[in-house]
This record gives sequence, structure tokens and C-alpha cells, in this order.
Amino acid sequence: MSTTTIRDLLADHRFFAGLPAADLDLIAGCGVNVAFRAGAMVAREGDPADRFFVVREGHGAIEVHAPGRGALVVATAGPGDVIGWSWLFPPHQWRFDVRAVTDVRAVALDGACLRGKADEDPALGYRLMERFARILVSRLESTRLQLADLYGTGEAAGVP
Amino acid sequence: MLRHLAARGYQLIGPTVRDGAIVHAPIDGIEDLPAGWGDVQSAGSYRLRRRGDGALFGHAVGPESARRFLTPPTRTLWSAIRTPDGFEVEVEVAAQQQPPVALIGLRPCDLAAIAVQDRTLAGPRPDPAYVEARRRSFVVAVSCSDPASTCFCTSTGTGPTVVGGHDLALAELLHPRHRFLVDVGTDAGADVLEAIPHSSPSSEDLEAVAAAGDAAVAAIRRRLDPRARELTAAMEHPRWDDVAARCLSCGSCTLVCPTCFCTSVVDTTDLAGARAARVQRWESCFALDHSFVHGGSVRVDVRSRYRQWLTHKLATWWEQFGISGCVGCGRCIAWCPAGIDLTAEVAAIVQDHQQEVDA
Amino acid sequence: MCRDDPMVPVPYRVAARRPETGDVVTLDLVPAAAPIPDPEPGQFTMLYAFGVGEVPISVSGLPGDEGVLRHTIRAVGATTAALSGTEVGHHVGVRGPFGRGWDLDATDGADVVVVAGGLGLAPLRPVVRHLAAGPTGRELAVLVGARSPDAVAFAGELAGLDRRGDVQSAVIVDAASPAWTGPVGVVTDLLAHVQVDVARAVALVCGPEPMMRFAARALEAMGVGPERIQVSLERSMHCGLGRCGHCLLGPRFVCRDGPVFRWSDAAPLLGVRGR
Repeated sequence: MSTTTIRDLLADHRFFAGLPAADLDLIAGCGVNVAFRAGAMVAREGDPADRFFVVREGHGAIEVHAPGRGALVVATAGPGDVIGWSWLFPPHQWRFDVRAVTDVRAVALDGACLRGKADEDPALGYRLMERFARILVSRLESTRLQLADLYGTGEAAGVP
Repeated sequence: MLRHLAARGYQLIGPTVRDGAIVHAPIDGIEDLPAGWGDVQSAGSYRLRRRGDGALFGHAVGPESARRFLTPPTRTLWSAIRTPDGFEVEVEVAAQQQPPVALIGLRPCDLAAIAVQDRTLAGPRPDPAYVEARRRSFVVAVSCSDPASTCFCTSTGTGPTVVGGHDLALAELLHPRHRFLVDVGTDAGADVLEAIPHSSPSSEDLEAVAAAGDAAVAAIRRRLDPRARELTAAMEHPRWDDVAARCLSCGSCTLVCPTCFCTSVVDTTDLAGARAARVQRWESCFALDHSFVHGGSVRVDVRSRYRQWLTHKLATWWEQFGISGCVGCGRCIAWCPAGIDLTAEVAAIVQDHQQEVDA
Repeated sequence: MCRDDPMVPVPYRVAARRPETGDVVTLDLVPAAAPIPDPEPGQFTMLYAFGVGEVPISVSGLPGDEGVLRHTIRAVGATTAALSGTEVGHHVGVRGPFGRGWDLDATDGADVVVVAGGLGLAPLRPVVRHLAAGPTGRELAVLVGARSPDAVAFAGELAGLDRRGDVQSAVIVDAASPAWTGPVGVVTDLLAHVQVDVARAVALVCGPEPMMRFAARALEAMGVGPERIQVSLERSMHCGLGRCGHCLLGPRFVCRDGPVFRWSDAAPLLGVRGR
């Protein structure tokens, strides 16, 4: 029975779909398996963002904390999703709290390691950026719809 | 003829001068007809003029058509009384027992409009009140001798001569003596004509009527571009912004249009809440709340409402009913307080659009 | 003649009244006299509150064997407030049923994806019940979006669907407190996880119009053809008979040619702002 390597786990994940085999080898070198118990904090707002997570099982909640209101869940990320993009740009700080809702298994990828590999191989960097851009666009679209409060009653215009 | 129709129990509705216009109203007899009156119409303008002769129908159309008599502006559909746990709809009151009407002096465009209403209101799911009103009406139409500058029935194929849809159709001749040539359209018409003194027309009579018809055609200068049917291909044309800046969204065009059929249903109650009624009344797509659906209207700006009216009337009507909604009567042009001429708007839009397609 | 007049409402008695969420109430109606013809999934009736007014409301539960006609109403104005406040034992007026409902024939032999946003779940409820009770051997996915966890209509029934195990069911909310353990986002986010054979899938979509547009586009991007996506539209209606003209959308009378349309027909019409 062969053990599943980080590389195998990444190859299965849709975020990396279509990447050349060589890329996967390079990236896998930056990754480790992680697991979180349900309820555990995966990241806190303000913490150094030195890694991001490629979720394999379970899901996490992205939250913003407001005194008096408590924690507000603004998005969730499950199998196939990616959590964390603050590692991409300085100041490399988590902007939101992230909490494991269920038990979560993920691959944690080291930000500095990946940034280094991308600097050495810009083509790899481009391919990673492409994938992140796609996630961000999709997230932005969803967020805009959530903001539009489509299910709210809206202002009741005077009914003649 | 009028006396005979009245004797048969018809309420006579005919053209008559009132409030500076020739309107359709109940008349008692020939003395109420607008003898010697003509009209001068243009975009945003209507006035009467003295003709200097005794012509009874020497004018074009006024603000009204057969519409108000076949589909009344307001109509109580039913009334109901409150009961301990609900309500009870009362049996139809005899309000619907109107006398039959004889519509005198309708023009060919009016008859065409009735033919359009037959499709919009008496199609697959007919409005029984309309069907009944149609059944009980007698139509004495008149071919036009003096079209107004606002008329464009030659573009829509609906005038100026009556070709069908009448019980009786008249062509008025003034010289050498005042007489009318009558065309019989239906058995009911033949029946009425039997009881009135009449004779066969001479060949001079027939030639005179034909000449008058040709003269009327020649007098009609306004044109509606046949490409009006393709208006829905140009929904974002800048001309819509242009006309929206002029349009007051007052809905006058929809009020005078003989084919508009939109209605609103209003539920009312008395102060005690003991008795309720449902009233159906004319509505205009220019009303802001016409397209209101929880929270706001779909057509919030004048641009979208004007566009809706024009594209529906000239284009999508074809798809819905197999016919144009416009009969070229020109009322909307004369009675628009801003003087908007839909033939000019259409020309401006299809002109550009055609150039884009050809390029 | 009066009784046959399609503009005269027929009395129905409120047999039960159930608050669903906040301002949403489900009324169970039974005929006080002769019933209206049985509605089909996706059709609507015109509901009348004595002396107040009449509004189009989708049928959220077919009479079936129990003879109970169900409507789920959100109080947004005078008439809907009066209707949803009607007490048990009192009457409302019903006209209908009207409109073209969900095309069930199209779902034969197909995997079905139901996408509901907010109260859009109400007109979909009869078809979901029909499909869930029907033959297996095809995938059924029921995806529901709502504003918040306490705004999910028919929450109990959805939980029941979820427990079945043979229906792919998910509820997603715009925002939540950590007490909610489900997904947070918009209903289109759920499509990524649906497992159906897109080549033969049919989608039934209902909710606020922007949500339907985004959902239809996401379904198309997945490979579901626009003629296999059905949407349910809403417009001002006064008659339900294609006569009053309020519901016109281009050449279509939404009350008569809809409210259910194929996305391939609806997309060009909805694509013109303020049509």
C-alpha cells in the first residue's frame, strides 16, 4: 500500500487542476498536511499570514468580529476551496478570523516558500496568480450578491 | 336614418361639437351633428374651423373613438357584502343592461381599431362584456373626405375609405346637392336601409365618390415607416433618451388611442367595511405604478415607459395579435401636449438602425 | 353568469395559519364553496382580501388528497399584510389557477437541479415534493439560498430532504452567526459541488430576478443548455387572464405565457433594462 504524498493530495485538488507535473513537484515541497478540530481557530485577524490552506475535507468559516454583535460569518470554504490570500502581498497579515466549523483536513502551503519559487520561475508564478485571480473574482461576485441583500424586502415604495 | 335607428331602440352616439372639439357623444338626431365644421390638426394642436358649407362629416377624427363605448372607462365588475366569517359576492346588478348603441360617423381607422380590439379583447380568452357590447352595437361608418395633417392611415392600410367592418358606410357628397352614398356591410345594415327612402346611385355619383377618395389619399402626407415593426431591434437607440426628455409621461396618447386596452382593477370598500366592490378602469402604461412589483416599478423612468408604449403598439403587438396596434388615426400626435409625433420618432430610429445593419 | 366570471373570487376558508419566518406566513386554504380547478406546480392564484385588494401568489402546496390549497405569503404591502393576517376560520377570495407552471415533462429521465432563493422556494415546493416522491434513478439537487438561518422557509421540510440521503440538498445563507454550521455565501456557490449529468440535466430556478440571472449563467457555464433551464418570473398583475396589460414583458404576458419561462426565451427579454 503506497502512502499518499502531498503531491498526490495537491494533484487531486481542483485549485491545481491543469498545472504541469513539474509545478506540482515544486509546490508540494512547500506543503504539509494539517488538521483542525471542529471549533478550532485556524487563523486570527492580525496574525502573520505566512501560509494558506487548500481544504480537503470539512469546511471553515471566514468571520469578522464586532463587539456587541459577536462573530459574523461572511463566507465559508469547503472541500476544493482555498482559504487565505493575505500571504500574497505585504503586510502578510490575516484580515479575517478563520474557524473550523467541522473537523478540517487541509494542506497548508508556506507562503514564503511559494513566493520564493515563483520568483525563481515566473512562469510558475503566473500560473499560480491566474488561479488565485479566478478565486478572487468568484469570491467578489458572490460577495457583491450577498451585499445586494436580494432576499431583503428593500424599501417599500409608496403603493398608490 | 337616425330617427329610424332611435325608433328601433338604439342609443345614438355620434360626432358633435363640445368644448372646442368634435367628440363622440349621445345625440338626439341630425341636428346635433357638426354641420359645417371642420378641423385643423397638427402635432400638439387641434382646433375647429368653419367650413362655409353644410357638410356633416367634413372633419377628421376627434379625441375619442368607439373605444369608450365598447370598453367603458370605468366598470364595476361586482360587489360583495361582508359576512361573519367572509364575504358574499352579489348577483350581477342590472347595471350591465345598457341600451344597444348605434355608433354614427366612425371612420375607417376607427373600424380598423375595432378589428384590433376584436383580437385583443375577444381572442382566446374573450372579455364577455366586450363581446356583448360588440354584439349590441350598430355601426354607421363614414369615409373621410377631409383628412387632417396628423392622419397616416394610408401607411397602415386602414383608410381613408371604408372597406369593411360596418353595418352601413356613408360617403358624403355636397355637389350638386347634399347626399350620401351608402354601402351595405351586413344583413343588419340592409335591414335598416330597407326602411329608409333611398335610390340607386348614378354613375356620376360613383365617380364623384371615387374622386373624393383619391383626393383624400393624396391629402395624406404623413408616413409611418413600415420598418416600425422592427423597433424592438433598437431598444438602446439614443433617440429614446431624446424623446424621453420631451415626453411628460402624461398618458394622453394612451387615452385617445383607439386600440389601447390596459386596465387596472381596483378593490374598494365603503367606510364601514361592510360592502366591497371591484372596479375595472382604463389604465395607461405611462403610469409610474403600472409595472409596480414589490418594492418598485420595473419601468421607473420615462424613457422605458415611452419605449414600452411605442414598441408594444408598433412591434410586439404583431407578435401577440398578428396585426399592428396602430391604425394611423394620428390622435396621439394631435393630443400630445409636447407635440411628439411617433412617425418622426420611428423614422429617426429605423433610419440609423438600417444604416448600422447595411454597413 | 356571475359564478362563471373569471374576475369573481371564490371563497376559501383559512384552515390553518403557520408563520414560516419573520414576515412570511403559510395559509392552508380549503374551499368554502366549489373549489377552483387543481393547480399545477408553478401556477399561481389571485388571492383577495375583502375590501383591501388582490395579489398574485404562487401555490406552495397542491390540494392533492387532503384538499388543502397552500399559499406562502410575505407581508410587503396592505393586501399581503391583510392576507397573511387572516385568522383561522375566516375567508379569503381565490381566482385561478393561472399561468404556465414548471414543465415537468422536461424532467423525465433527467437529473434535476432546483435553485431557490428566498421566497422563490414557495413556487418550487410543489415540484420538489413531486420529484422527491417520484422514481429514483436520477439525481435531484435542491439548493436553497436565504438571507439568514432564521429566514429559511420550510426549514423543517428541507431538513427532512437532507436526512433522506438520496437527495443532494443544501441551504446557504448571506450571513450568519457561528451557531450556523452550514455554508455562507450565495446560492450559486453551491453549484460547484452539485453532482449531476449536465448533458441531460434540467434546472428549475426561482428567486429574486438578479439571483435567477446569476444562477442561470452559472448553470450555463456548467454546461446546462439555456433551453433546459426554467425560471419563474414575477410582474404586476391585475387580472391573470392576459387582458389588463400590467404583466407585459416584451411580447409575453407573464400571467399567461409564464410565469415559468425557458431561460433561452427569458434571457433576451430580461437583458433589456426597464423592459
